[in-house]
Amino acid sequence: MLHMIEKTILDNPLITAFAFVGAVIWVSNQLAHHLTRGRVAGSAIAVLAGLALAYWGGAITGKAKGLADVAQFGGLALMGGAMMRDFTIVATASEVHVDEAKKAGWLGFLALVLGTVLPFIVGVGVAYAFGHRDPVTLTTIGAGAVTYIVGPITGAAIGASSDVIALSIATGVIKAILVMIFTPVFARFMRLNNPQAAMVFGGLAGTVSGVSAGLAATDRRLVPYGALVATFHTGFGCLLGPSILFLAVKALFG
Amino acid sequence: MVIFGTALLAACYLAGVIIGEGIAALIGVKANVGGVGIAMLLLIAAQHYLQKRGLFAVDTAKGVTFWAMMYIPVVVAMAATQNVIVAFKSGPIALLAAAGSFAICILFISLINRVIERAHIASAALEPVSDDHDPASDLSVAPDHR
Repeated sequence: MLHMIEKTILDNPLITAFAFVGAVIWVSNQLAHHLTRGRVAGSAIAVLAGLALAYWGGAITGKAKGLADVAQFGGLALMGGAMMRDFTIVATASEVHVDEAKKAGWLGFLALVLGTVLPFIVGVGVAYAFGHRDPVTLTTIGAGAVTYIVGPITGAAIGASSDVIALSIATGVIKAILVMIFTPVFARFMRLNNPQAAMVFGGLAGTVSGVSAGLAATDRRLVPYGALVATFHTGFGCLLGPSILFLAVKALFG
Repeated sequence: MVIFGTALLAACYLAGVIIGEGIAALIGVKANVGGVGIAMLLLIAAQHYLQKRGLFAVDTAKGVTFWAMMYIPVVVAMAATQNVIVAFKSGPIALLAAAGSFAICILFISLINRVIERAHIASAALEPVSDDHDPASDLSVAPDHR
């Protein structure tokens, strides 16, 4: 019986990965709902759980591909590989409507530029302060400070190693969680009480999960305004990260 | 049909990546330059074009949105395949970079929002509401002073 289950799992790696990731996200959503009362988004907990599982996988196999090095979870390498990742990210652009995008206007664009460049500078600065000098590493960590999606996409595009990409994901995930938890706390300080302010917030704070969860905890009516600008954030970061920002870092430190 | 949406998405993806490769070759970078971002712009443009002409059927849209909704699961799978052990050894970089960028963003949000409030670019603050209020009913009537 056990042997049959194991054979089925090993014969169908991608399908197993779908079922497994679904289970991880379900458990994460339950934890988010019951333990944090929805304050931390389930998706952020799921990503953290993924990183924890990768740590566990790496610890027991001693290899570099996290949980995917455990034979039963090999399908994760295909599901979470570069092809599927970039494909699904491009698909998220479908949620942006041109007419609504025009409403966000120059204010959203300004926030978007600042929200990409400022965290990037901070990320590069911190990495530099800790002794990193390689432009690829500096850029990947800086991009991770933009969002946990921009980090790995930029890192993959410019040829960063898996450990640097993991570090940039960790940076982005920690930032997303900070945004979720502390947005309601700093809402008054940020004057976060009208649609335009929410758009500025969406552009500057970045990460879609952080922005939507943070705004939901502040005032649900602000969510679409913030999320609208924030959905541009990943694409904008993915456009700038491996191109202008990488070239700038290369010119400065290369 | 659903496959038309997925095929459109795939075409935009491939075109974006090819353009990204082209730019990389032009400027002499050994990596794809902004291919994913360009693919996103292409998808937005293609979708807008088809919607205007009524060629973007509901089923077609489903072929795109399914993959858009799969992005968080894919990112979870990606996280589970990273070399986390090595990242942990590299120390407090992640925490400091995250906290630092969050702090600087909060300061700039506060600054910009105070300025647009003074300059009357921002709409009036929303009225406080009870938790069971339907937020959707407010969005269309929110005043826009710009």
